[in-house]
Amino acid sequence: MDASDVPPAPLLQLEDVQMHFPVREGLFLRSTRSCRAVDGVSLQLPAGETLGLVGESGCGKSTLGKCIVRLHQPTAGRIRFEGTDLAALGQAALKPWRRHLQMVFQDPVESLNARHTVGEIVAEPFVIHGEGDARERRERVLGLLEKVGLPAAAADRYPFEFSGGQRQRIGIARALALRPRLLVCDEPVSALDVSIQSQVLNLLLELQRELGLSYLFIAHNLAVVKHVSDRIAIMYLGRIVELAPAEDIYAAPRHPYTRALLSAIPRPEPRGTRERIALQGDVPSPISPPPGCPFHPRCPHATDRCRVEAPALRAAPGRPGHTVSCHLDL
Amino acid sequence: MTPVDAPAANDVILSVRDLVTTFDTDSGRLTAVDGVSFDVRRGRTLGIVGESGCGKSVTALSIMRLLPQPMGRIQGGRILFEGRDLATLPPAELHRIRGGRIGMIFQEPMTALNPVQPIGRQLSEVFLLHRTRDAADAWRRGTEMLRKAGIPAPEIRMHEYPHQLSGGMRQRVVIAMALACEPAVVIADEPTTALDVTIQAQILELMQALQRDLGLAVVLITHDLGVIAETCDDVIVMYAGRVAESGPVESIFDRPAHPYTRGLLDSIPRLEGTRKARLRVIEGMVPGLRDLPAGCRFHNRCPHRIDRCATAPNLEAVGPGHEAACHRWRELPPR
Repeated sequence: MDASDVPPAPLLQLEDVQMHFPVREGLFLRSTRSCRAVDGVSLQLPAGETLGLVGESGCGKSTLGKCIVRLHQPTAGRIRFEGTDLAALGQAALKPWRRHLQMVFQDPVESLNARHTVGEIVAEPFVIHGEGDARERRERVLGLLEKVGLPAAAADRYPFEFSGGQRQRIGIARALALRPRLLVCDEPVSALDVSIQSQVLNLLLELQRELGLSYLFIAHNLAVVKHVSDRIAIMYLGRIVELAPAEDIYAAPRHPYTRALLSAIPRPEPRGTRERIALQGDVPSPISPPPGCPFHPRCPHATDRCRVEAPALRAAPGRPGHTVSCHLDL
Repeated sequence: MTPVDAPAANDVILSVRDLVTTFDTDSGRLTAVDGVSFDVRRGRTLGIVGESGCGKSVTALSIMRLLPQPMGRIQGGRILFEGRDLATLPPAELHRIRGGRIGMIFQEPMTALNPVQPIGRQLSEVFLLHRTRDAADAWRRGTEMLRKAGIPAPEIRMHEYPHQLSGGMRQRVVIAMALACEPAVVIADEPTTALDVTIQAQILELMQALQRDLGLAVVLITHDLGVIAETCDDVIVMYAGRVAESGPVESIFDRPAHPYTRGLLDSIPRLEGTRKARLRVIEGMVPGLRDLPAGCRFHNRCPHRIDRCATAPNLEAVGPGHEAACHRWRELPPR
């Protein structure tokens, strides 16, 4: 940060990011249509913050996460990390940046190489980026294992010897190896048992406080997302439909989809008397999204305008930092 | 519960007594379910909740006698249903009950449906097996069942294949199949776990509506305490193959007596909780079937353990219809 009168740029800034996959079909597998997995997403993530990204399957939240760590190259838009547009960089130019953006995956079984010891798995980032000699790497691996709550002896064992929660700790240790600034966590606790979820969530929160990490936390469980996030973005059919401070989105949801989503969560309290907003039908296909507002076919409040004109994200009246993409003032 | 609304004994439609189910593996015999008992009552939903490996799914598979063969076997206990013991019933008689008097719904609808047959053929088959010999009649009944399960344009859907339907629609088809012959009991093993929350809400509502209309008993197996709280009348909490606690749903959530149940309820993040606060945890992890601790199976993770916990506790009455297997339930601090 150079001049003191300039507000610090956000760590991560997405501008109109698109990820359209070609759909190959027909006799000659020509690409005639595209799947609009991410369809124009703009958002910011300040350093040290957690942005929760919530949506149902197929909404594009994982694809967006993969675009940010450049496992996908977005088809349009800018991904500014500390001011540099990563979306435009080629593989070679990207390499020095990769260490700052790491990913934690949902399934710690599939994302860890079963033939490598835990020590080798956690040391691999050092090898790829040519850091340290064997002895230094070993020391740093043991330090990382300790940080995520695993014994030093774990380094010489194989992933299958560990439970789901421990494997997720291994995945987190690997992601932390190069001291990243940003972790994209894609459903990091959904595959874990209830009693283990809270252990891993506590670990992620501790690491954030200690290392000043920023998280993009992708999940479908809203109670989990609210617990860890500063702000929350709700995604539907490749677009952000609402973005607000975490408390606000629960206290005063503005978008009809957010409201339905919140009302659909089963709460661990018997005798619940709250009214459930029943949505009809399923999420439309991102290959042929509906015209106008992408949510209008399922929206209980849809008007003629919603069927033809796509709403833009706009500030929710009287709610600082709360934006919503809906024509109506609900 | 007062004696007045206590369910009469003849309301019990399925009664599981001291069920023991084992698996023979290369490294010896593992006991997945170890002495589980419960009653399922007409028109009510019994929830079985627990973490992976607790034996909840094996309990369901045992009731339906669908244990993986040849490894899985019911070693002991009785499964009493309409005057017969399903644990020892010959396979031929079992076929008549399964899919007829007892319906089943599984987690992943795609594995429960045949991918190369149209929906209509699979649904008619249920009627042809249990209800009618007339193919046209079976088709008509199948269409009607799809309509009841909330599928729009069922006449068209009958001709479609499973892959042409969305996940929620497929689960509706599976529900239609399970309810086709108006069973007395439906066993649903994580029926909404693979579905999104808005679709889950639709499916749970559908199951509740059909249950009201048909008066059937439901056994709902899930890991989701929210689903339990919103849909069940009675709950069994399982841990490492045994029942830790059982009782009416309000009683279990308001006055959990077993430290494991308390730990589970305390560790889930709540929408109304304080953001970024440290969550309570249950230390350690669920033991594997190969290294189950002696005595109370929860004792090595339990914050209240004492020497006595090295001997297995029995289920004791802790309230009306409410039992817990803990030596110390009387002494635990109020939550």
